[in-house]
Amino acid sequence: MAERLIEIDQITKIYKLGDVTVHALRGVSLEIERGSFVAIMGPSGSGKSTLMNIVGCLDKPTSGTYVLDGVNVSTLSRDQLAEIRNQKIGFVFQQFNLLARTSAAENVELPLLYSSRAAADRHQKALRALDWVGLAGREQHHPNQLSGGQQQRVAIARALINDPQIILADEPTGALDSRTSVEIMALFQKLNRESGLSIIVVTHEPDIAEYSDRIIRFKDGHLVSDQPVLAPRDAKRELETLPAEEPEEAEAVTQ
Amino acid sequence: MKKILPAMKIAFRALRINKMRSALTMLGIIIGVGAVIAMVAVGSGATERIQQQIASIGSNVIIVMPGSITASGIRLGSGNAVTLTIDDAKALARDCPSVQAVAPSSRSGAQVVYGNNNWATSLYGTTPDYLTIRDIGIQSGNVFSQQDVDSDAKVALLGQTVVNNLFNGADPVGQVIRIKRVPFTVVGTLVPKGQSPTGQDQDDIIILPITTAQKKVFGVNQARANSVGSLMVQARGPQFIQAAQDEMRAVLRQRHHLQASQDDDFTIRNLEEVFQAQETSSRVMSILLAAIASVSLIVGGIGIMNIMLVSVTERTREIGLRQAVGAKTKDILTQFLVEAVTLSILGGVVGILLGILASKLISIFAQWSTLVSPGAILLAFIFSALVGVFFGFYPARKAALLDPIDALRYE
Repeated sequence: MAERLIEIDQITKIYKLGDVTVHALRGVSLEIERGSFVAIMGPSGSGKSTLMNIVGCLDKPTSGTYVLDGVNVSTLSRDQLAEIRNQKIGFVFQQFNLLARTSAAENVELPLLYSSRAAADRHQKALRALDWVGLAGREQHHPNQLSGGQQQRVAIARALINDPQIILADEPTGALDSRTSVEIMALFQKLNRESGLSIIVVTHEPDIAEYSDRIIRFKDGHLVSDQPVLAPRDAKRELETLPAEEPEEAEAVTQ
Repeated sequence: MKKILPAMKIAFRALRINKMRSALTMLGIIIGVGAVIAMVAVGSGATERIQQQIASIGSNVIIVMPGSITASGIRLGSGNAVTLTIDDAKALARDCPSVQAVAPSSRSGAQVVYGNNNWATSLYGTTPDYLTIRDIGIQSGNVFSQQDVDSDAKVALLGQTVVNNLFNGADPVGQVIRIKRVPFTVVGTLVPKGQSPTGQDQDDIIILPITTAQKKVFGVNQARANSVGSLMVQARGPQFIQAAQDEMRAVLRQRHHLQASQDDDFTIRNLEEVFQAQETSSRVMSILLAAIASVSLIVGGIGIMNIMLVSVTERTREIGLRQAVGAKTKDILTQFLVEAVTLSILGGVVGILLGILASKLISIFAQWSTLVSPGAILLAFIFSALVGVFFGFYPARKAALLDPIDALRYE
């Protein structure tokens, strides 16, 4: 389990906003091993979002190198990065980012549409992923017919569909109530422990971070602390002790 | 190619979501394409009608008429009032290699009597070649022969209108009619030709041997006994018309003893020239209308571009998401381009149907003949697709080049 999935060496990121130069990252080095569950924390403006964008291959560092799964991605072109995102990374967003007026199954299929792999069983694959996140029977529901937690499950199924190396979740519980948040974290823990999938969660909630194995803190573009979580919380067990709520029904959730 | 089909599915969904907007956007293309189809249909209908009329006169026909209209006001050769003769006709047929056949013809009006019926009609004195040149068919009976012409035989061919007015359905062949009290035997009837280009009833005629007509009916004086009203000439083919005209002019000038300084005392007219002018003007008209219609197409294209730009802005987050899950520049470009082309092609198809309907209505209500050609339909279809590609490219490119981070964050 010591294989390195992510190696970040002295990366910086400088934005120019008009006359102002913003140093979003000021030389960050970081290694993440395959199969780890990492939480990234920090106040807004700390550079954690910028780091996530770079780790997610949505952005390129100004300097430094980033090696993902043995590939130096800091020099790749726009379309090559798109290919990497498609094949190796699954995104989960705070606002779910599902396509409106599109069924859950079709939302989940979306990454396969841009995959070079032959996908004859595209629809079957999407149905299996939805079943895995606990949404069997809701494949044809549109996002506006699903609750927030259900929408996030669709988003997780979409992230999983292409068998990625890593899941990047940016504030995945930011728009959810606390019980649903625990449910989503339980899903991530299950993915991490049972499938050995690497997961990085960005959050500003300390108790959400405690479900991970390692917490990295950012401030002013610097990595300020990097500590293992000695006793991670177990979301599944907590769910059993939480009072059971009436099952979520098709309540409209405004984003 | 395998990406086009899903892109079309996405495009149709996007267009269905904003039905009203899509319909209004397509309106420009619909009107443009519909107008092009209808205008071209009217134009080619007119062209075809002119061609039919030319064919009804006979192919490769040249008419020689006495007198000169190019004589700058002074009628030359005035000592010779009779300028064209049956002998001229024979000379032309003999001496002009580009000429296929020549038929002298003289025309007059007369009252015709059969039994208790009578009818005023046009009489044409001519030779059997006339029917060949003008492409007049025989419905029943036979054409009179050259021998009948030579022997001044009292025989007649009747047009359908004459038959209808004199015979009330009886068979005219073999019956005797009286023209100016002279009895003529009907030897045949003519296949109906309908209206001439100038609106005359071409079936209201009787054709007689020219010799008989001049001696027994028209009553011309002996000094002009040989003169004819005009000569119908048929060239050997379309490419010989000009050569035939030149040869005929030379032969006639020589026969009429005209000096180099004298103008022609006859006029040679090529019928196709007359109708070509008509055809050209109708073609200019339809080109003009098609030009106006294509302006409408361009305006429609700009409408598509406008809506596509709005659509790209509205769907910025969707574009960001697609990029995040792996859509390449080309994928986004294709998606929006297909959407624009789907809009324009859909508009084009509706426009084609509307154009066909409009041209049918025009021919019903305005009584113009219209012709919707498959070529025009194909052209309109291709053109509307091109409008989609041309005006859809800029918005699609704009979408494809969005920055995924900005797009994802777009509110």
